[in-house]
Amino acid sequence: MTQLVFFIAAIGAIAGAIGVIALRNPFYGVLSLVGHLLCLAALFLLLRAEFLAASQVIVYAGGVMVLYVFVVAYVGGTEESLGASRGWLRVLTPIFAGVLMIELVIASLGSGLKAITTKGADISPTFGSPAEIGQALLTRFLFPFEVASLLLLVAAVGAVGLARRRDGYTVGSIPLKAGAIPSVPPKGTGTMAEAAGDKPMTGLSGGDS
Amino acid sequence: MSVQTYGWLVLAFPLAGTILLGLLRPVLSGRKAGYIGTLAILLSFLSGLGALNKLQSRPEESRQVVSSLWTYAKTAGLDAQLSILIDPLSIFMILIVAGVSTLIHLYSTAYLASDEGYVRFFAYLNFFVFSMLTLVLAGNLIVLIVGWGLVGAASYLLISFWYRRNTATKAGLKAFVINVVGDVGLVLGSILILKQVGSVDLVTIFHKAPEVFHSNDTTLVIGCLLLMVGAFAKSAQIPFHTWLPDAMEGPTPVSALIHAATMVTAGVYLIARMHPLFQLAPTAQNVGAIVGAVTLIVAATIGLVVTDLKRVIAYSTMSQIGYMIMAVSAGVYGAGLFHLMTHAFFKALLFMAAGSVIGAMAGEQSLNKMGGFRKVMPITYGCFIVGGLALSGIPPFSGFFSKDDILYGMASLGGWHWILYVAGYVGALMTAVYTFRMIFRAFHGEQCEEAQSLANGRLFHAAEHRNPGDGTLEDTGVGFPGAKHHIAESSPPMAIAMGALAVLATVAGVIQLPHITDTLDKFLEPTFSDSPTFMKAIDYNLLVIGMIIGAIVGLAGIALAWYIWIKKPGTSAKIQARFSGLHRLFSNKWYFDEIINAIIVRPFAAAGRFFQGTVERVAIDGGVTAGSVSIARVSSAAVRSWQSGMLRAYAAAVVVGTSLLVLYFLLNS
Amino acid sequence: MSIGWYLTVSAIIFAIGAAGVMTKRNALVILLCLELMLNAGNLALVAFSRMWGNIDGQIFAMVVLVVAACEVTVGLGLIVALHRRDLPVDADELSEMRG
Repeated sequence: MTQLVFFIAAIGAIAGAIGVIALRNPFYGVLSLVGHLLCLAALFLLLRAEFLAASQVIVYAGGVMVLYVFVVAYVGGTEESLGASRGWLRVLTPIFAGVLMIELVIASLGSGLKAITTKGADISPTFGSPAEIGQALLTRFLFPFEVASLLLLVAAVGAVGLARRRDGYTVGSIPLKAGAIPSVPPKGTGTMAEAAGDKPMTGLSGGDS
Repeated sequence: MSVQTYGWLVLAFPLAGTILLGLLRPVLSGRKAGYIGTLAILLSFLSGLGALNKLQSRPEESRQVVSSLWTYAKTAGLDAQLSILIDPLSIFMILIVAGVSTLIHLYSTAYLASDEGYVRFFAYLNFFVFSMLTLVLAGNLIVLIVGWGLVGAASYLLISFWYRRNTATKAGLKAFVINVVGDVGLVLGSILILKQVGSVDLVTIFHKAPEVFHSNDTTLVIGCLLLMVGAFAKSAQIPFHTWLPDAMEGPTPVSALIHAATMVTAGVYLIARMHPLFQLAPTAQNVGAIVGAVTLIVAATIGLVVTDLKRVIAYSTMSQIGYMIMAVSAGVYGAGLFHLMTHAFFKALLFMAAGSVIGAMAGEQSLNKMGGFRKVMPITYGCFIVGGLALSGIPPFSGFFSKDDILYGMASLGGWHWILYVAGYVGALMTAVYTFRMIFRAFHGEQCEEAQSLANGRLFHAAEHRNPGDGTLEDTGVGFPGAKHHIAESSPPMAIAMGALAVLATVAGVIQLPHITDTLDKFLEPTFSDSPTFMKAIDYNLLVIGMIIGAIVGLAGIALAWYIWIKKPGTSAKIQARFSGLHRLFSNKWYFDEIINAIIVRPFAAAGRFFQGTVERVAIDGGVTAGSVSIARVSSAAVRSWQSGMLRAYAAAVVVGTSLLVLYFLLNS
Repeated sequence: MSIGWYLTVSAIIFAIGAAGVMTKRNALVILLCLELMLNAGNLALVAFSRMWGNIDGQIFAMVVLVVAACEVTVGLGLIVALHRRDLPVDADELSEMRG
């Protein structure tokens, strides 16, 4: 029974992953990732990580992916197909991705850990339950817990700061052009390309440059 | 105080003088610097007298005193102390150098009084005296070379004293370069001797030389010839003499001190000091004697035709030093050094008197423009006459005794030295002629404009100041001669100095009246006692014959000069026309400058240009500098191409790197 | 199923995510592939936690979850900012750091 569930979930996860990179429309890619995440949650359940599976579904699939959906809807953009990359990357990518996979498999399976071939150590029935996770979080891992919350705060503030409008709203639908922000960089700053003379110093280059 | 202390004091006073003058330059006004400089050298002279006194009170065997302050350099194969050697020869040289220097310093206090570089002059002059004394007091080859080099440097500084004159700076460079050639010879010779004998200490070398070298040993001959190269360059012998006439660009006291009495005698001193080595290398001795003889003839011929007053005296110096070199090379040490002393007196006197005349001419130095100063400058004229008579070898002046002593010494050696004997008398005849040519042209005849203005009681002032050599216009600020000129008649210090030297030039001969006084020979005996040619028995007949011939030759020369330039004024022009080829040869100084220019200067300049144009530009600028620059640029461009700005490429690089790393760890586990 | 299976699945998902990062041009899709790689890591962590019977692996996986969330937030913020300025959201076009 578990094997059946395992195979279905595993194949679903891999299919979702392949879908992320193969689908052209990034929106479909996001949806594929959501599927992948749900299958992954199933795998977590098989591994007796119930709380983690639940938080994966709620936080990751339910929160982060929703954010993703919003941004993809706003930004959009198309994507070319999988096979149409540049010349040398085309050759390099499958080779090294494959190599990496094989190496990891060999590393994990051939590592000599006897426990790999078992189902795992004997565990109590409360393994992976919220009670046990909560106890670990608030006693042994209190400091990482608090720092993680601080990190979340920083990320939230940073995201707001990065993405806000700089000059207020316009009346009507006049689009914002490059240069709306005073964009001439101070003297002595700029990118390497501008310094080497490859690109003229125009502040934020974009649009018609 | 002991001999050693006096010896070190002799060096200490001029050094203190130069340092003091150098440091106090801003606060020394008026003639204070001159008096300080003169005092320093006077104290040095008095210390020399003290050393003489103490030395003579020692028994004869122990009159070579070495005193060492500290170890200068001690390495494998070389043990050099900072040491001085006090023996009769060095005391002799100290007294001459310090004594004549004192008088010249006194003279300069008045002569250069209106020059803006007054303090600098006395600092340099004291520095020169210090270097010269170091040279003559040196106790080992290292200190000797140091003194030698410093003297060359001081000579350069003083020749180009009026440094804004192009002619002066060029002359200073020329003197320095030729001196450096001599320095190379000196150093190489010293190295050869050091390698063979194993020590640089002079007394040790002299004791060991007979054991280490057999007679006419090739290494020793080469070493002595190299030492002689140094001596010839310093003493302006052929073919290293071309710097001396140009060195007359310096102020007259400089010419008097350095290029008459002291520096140019350093070569004579060197050969005399190293005589144990030279005696074991007769080949080198013969070379020296021949070079001395050739120089004295050639210089005398040139002196017959030059028209610049100071250059006549310069060529006369060259000629007389030829006598000295001839003498000390052949082994006639006493006579050579005696002539060194008397020459110092009368040559310095002649230069000082010439300075007075040039002052009266407001800087003009050409004989063509002078005339008739006899009645208006009596002191100067008297000094010129005294100096001229001494130079021409007229009894009872000192030059007569010393010159005849040398020529007697040549004759007594016999063999092929008789040729040198005859050459010496030919040179003496020419000496008398050109000396009195100079005197008659400058002082007799029609009064020139400057003499007339002096007759009216006014020193001639030039409206515009010109370089006497090439006539370019100059001003009178720092780096040029001052606006005012001084003559002996109106400056007591000049007159006193000249008077003292005139007295010495007259009476110094009595020091070495053969077999009557013999003071000098006896005094120098401790140094030269190991020489077979020193103080031999005197053949009286030869000596007396020589003296008579010498006197006749001298008087004949004066008579000839009187005839040509006073009795029948047009004679010199006729002789010039008749012997025009010879005249051209002499007045072009035997084309030595042109030959040296063609053989040495042009190839070196061409080589320098080649190296600059080809080697430096192509190999170094192009290859090394630009090469390393372009290597850096190319390699950095290659590395820069990795920064494509493409995110995917970076990601790919990360993945590739990770997989390789994991592979490595997999393989190693 | 033994633990090895889960690790194999994790490796496969990781490789797919790496291939996606190397290949894709759209910045959003690159971020998605990054998420894939992070999830693969999470899976491996949980598998090992089960193997040892130690809850620490799951805690670690939870922190990774938090970090992934923060990273997505900031990354998406950047992409929005890019889009605001009418710049192409394309990894190949955004190559001002070349030189």
